[in-house]
Amino acid sequence: MSEKDSCACSAAPKLIFACSGAADVGAIADQAARKLTRDGAGKMYCMTGIGGRVSGIMKTTEAAAGVLAIDGCSLDCAKHCLEEAGFTQFQHMRVTDLGMGKGTSPATEENIAKAADKGAAALAAIC
Amino acid sequence: MPLLQILGTGCPKCKKLAENTEAAAKALGIDYQLEKVTEITEIMAFGVMITPALVVDGQVKVAGKVPSVDDLKAMLA
Repeated sequence: MSEKDSCACSAAPKLIFACSGAADVGAIADQAARKLTRDGAGKMYCMTGIGGRVSGIMKTTEAAAGVLAIDGCSLDCAKHCLEEAGFTQFQHMRVTDLGMGKGTSPATEENIAKAADKGAAALAAIC
Repeated sequence: MPLLQILGTGCPKCKKLAENTEAAAKALGIDYQLEKVTEITEIMAFGVMITPALVVDGQVKVAGKVPSVDDLKAMLA
């Protein structure tokens, strides 16, 4: 195998950050991100690594092909976390915008799938 | 002596990053130790998902690209 053929540099992935908050909609955001990763739409990455400014996570995020932030509610913690870290170019979605109320929406398969579908569409729009 | 670690599985980009890093360190007159990290589990332990990457004394300075020697000099200075 030639050196060119043996290149193992990883292609830049599309990264998914979920608020993973304590509320039910936070759980849905978290589980939707994990489902999107299982489905191959992107790769869930560590939101707290951004909050903690962990260098490897920061630099990987800077080099990502695209970023999707999934928030559970209108507090938009994931979005604010990314912005505080200096990231401005990312897709954003909110579980409560999908007709699921905070405190009244258990993390069922149906609700997770609904959020994941929205996330998949957002990720697909990233070139 | 700073520890410079090149994260990557050994492809041409990884080698180029190592070359440029050494050139930058030498241009700055830095006495350094260079280490190549090729095991994917070790690479992921740095939180890095895109290679090649450069780590200086435990801090990831760049991932997913090969900066110029001048840019690397700024990172190492």
